[in-house]
Amino acid sequence: MKNYTLTDAVLVNNYIKGEESALSVLIERHKQRIYSFIYSKVFDRDVSEDIFQDTFIKVIRTLKNGKYNEEGKFLPWVMRIAHNLVIDHFRKGNRMPKFEDNGEFSIFSVISDGNLNAERRIIKDQVEEDLRNLIQELPEDQKEVLVMRMYKDMSFKEISDKTGVSINTALGRMRYALINLRKVIEKNNIVLTN
Amino acid sequence: MAKFYFKSSKKEENHLVPNRRTIDFLLSYSKSLKVVEYNNLKFETILN
Repeated sequence: MKNYTLTDAVLVNNYIKGEESALSVLIERHKQRIYSFIYSKVFDRDVSEDIFQDTFIKVIRTLKNGKYNEEGKFLPWVMRIAHNLVIDHFRKGNRMPKFEDNGEFSIFSVISDGNLNAERRIIKDQVEEDLRNLIQELPEDQKEVLVMRMYKDMSFKEISDKTGVSINTALGRMRYALINLRKVIEKNNIVLTN
Repeated sequence: MAKFYFKSSKKEENHLVPNRRTIDFLLSYSKSLKVVEYNNLKFETILN
């Protein structure tokens, strides 16, 4: 086709002058690069179609309004528009690129940020504080066993030795400590989840 | 080893192209869009 020998600059010029077929040539020439670029950022066919369409609507309007100046090249200019629209897309919903589970190895399955964010850290501190206060309300013998088991990480054998009661008694006290904690939590509708 | 790491895992995505309907829409949109100038003002009109 004759048009394929024309440069982008000539085609853009022809299009501005009213030659509609020039746009078709420009789109055909660059559609793959622009669409692939968009897809590489959003990983979604439908969203890529939308952004591709919006990109060229912007191109068409700019050209027809006579606002295009041939400072750079046509393709980098269109790519810049596409890039900005991709950013707008992520800003709109504060969405991040989606990584679909398509059976391939994903690096995100082995690396993750295990640290809690500020909000979750505060919630975790509050939950732990609430729990400590609840434990203080338990009868002394149950509290003693629970603290040794959960906070000091002692075995029931060690607890038994330290408190001078049998292992079964220590287990029983632990059991009642948990039952009593649950009762208080349910009674007062305390939410102890992060 | 290099081959293992540098081989693209998504072959079918090397030739991504937009839907034909999207391109047809853009060409139709372009044909219907007219910019009218009046006293240094520009008006966009979409003609059916």
